[in-house]
Amino acid sequence: MTEVMKKVPLEARHRALGAQMVPFAGFYMPLHYGSIRDEHQAVRQRAGLFDVSHMGEVLVSGPGALDFLQRLVTNDVAKLTPGRALYTVMCHPDGGIVDDLLVYRDEDGYMCVINAARQAADLEWMRSTVAGFGADLTDVSAETALLAVQGPRAKGIVQSLCPTQDLEPIRYYHHRRGDVAGVPVRISRTGYTGEDGFELYADAGQADRLWSALLDAGAAKGLVPAGLGARDTLRLEAGFRLYGQDIDEATDPLSAGLGWVVKPAKGPFTGSEALAKLAPAPPRAFVGMRLGPREIPRHGYPIYQGSRKVGEVTSGSFGFTVGAGLAMGYVEPGSSGEGTELRIQLRSDPLQWAEAPTVALPFYRRPEG
Amino acid sequence: MPDLSAYRFTKTHEWVSKEEGAGEVVVGITDLAQTQLGDVIFLELPKVGATLTAGTRFGSVESVKAASDLFSPVSGEVVAVNEDVASAPELVNSDAQGKGWLLRVRVEGDLPGDLMDAAAYDSFAQADAH
Repeated sequence: MTEVMKKVPLEARHRALGAQMVPFAGFYMPLHYGSIRDEHQAVRQRAGLFDVSHMGEVLVSGPGALDFLQRLVTNDVAKLTPGRALYTVMCHPDGGIVDDLLVYRDEDGYMCVINAARQAADLEWMRSTVAGFGADLTDVSAETALLAVQGPRAKGIVQSLCPTQDLEPIRYYHHRRGDVAGVPVRISRTGYTGEDGFELYADAGQADRLWSALLDAGAAKGLVPAGLGARDTLRLEAGFRLYGQDIDEATDPLSAGLGWVVKPAKGPFTGSEALAKLAPAPPRAFVGMRLGPREIPRHGYPIYQGSRKVGEVTSGSFGFTVGAGLAMGYVEPGSSGEGTELRIQLRSDPLQWAEAPTVALPFYRRPEG
Repeated sequence: MPDLSAYRFTKTHEWVSKEEGAGEVVVGITDLAQTQLGDVIFLELPKVGATLTAGTRFGSVESVKAASDLFSPVSGEVVAVNEDVASAPELVNSDAQGKGWLLRVRVEGDLPGDLMDAAAYDSFAQADAH
């Protein structure tokens, strides 16, 4: 059986740059262009350019768009004014997470940005629940490219390509229409790395032009193309959950430490009753754990307190900036207090353990200014 | 690219190099292995004086992607460990079959007969990839 792979518009570009391409969510995506470590450090110290065009985009329009979104997601979309974005999850009636997503508010509607691996499931879920709201859903994933410029020099690099528009007023989680290198884009001050930066949404046909202009303009400032490998180690240091690893349909946002995007006061939404029942005592707690510089935890490794297994690692890797093995995962609520002396079993033969005290997330916070 | 005529390879993707008449060999992981592992974060290696047995585990290499055991191509005594690799494990990525060597081992006699030369290892690796 051959799985039919979809193509991001820049696939040939990545191959030409020597990227190691890996299948991801039905696309061949760049894992790295030589070294995950170098790309990670470039984003922390200078800037990196990510192609994340595999992400899905769904427009929500019509007179009932707000009512529909308020029912669909857990966060309060009514508070979202044009030019702003919010992070949220959408849940099943049982509180299990369908996906995590960004919602952008425009003057004339909304755009939801969803995970590529969840695109089909999300659309099916949204379409099955939209009836009666007077809202229209338009999947524009295939014709939308998304490039992320991340790092302390990201703003200078993007600014150099849009001389007529000052980027400074676009604050974190704000967005605006604009022109970058002559390409009409949505300029969004968001990202998945823990650094300042922008995500640029453009017509897929313009992706090549935008990518080239950003690489050229950034080269002198130390910008490098960066792949999914660095994206993963960067987001882990920043404490961001990854759908399919840290959260899924069997996890709820309260246990996942995402209670800050659950707003019962806004009125009923899908999953609100289930989450209200869970709220007093979520069954599990999501924690960060810091290991030593020569101890690398990975997805699925068991977490112990004393001799008792209390959970499993959902995301683990080496934090290149932190300089230590880092893990996130679910543990029993009684084992989740900051500074709890947990241990992670790194291997069974020969048996090897790592001390893994819980620490506050994120593991890494960018310097001020 | 170093001259590979003195190199022999294992099915577990280590290499060993022995010069004519020398009582010591150099051991490392192959360039193919480092490519598949990706960025090496650290290595767990034996200490000088440790005894190695051909075909058995002597350490491990941890990369972003995975932890992998290392198996010794030869039997003998470790006489040197590459300190540069301990402080800069990325050397294994940039020059796995040169500056990224791992151990010098004192051996008796010839190399084990089941090791592959470069051409045989290439064919093995290609078959292994499919």
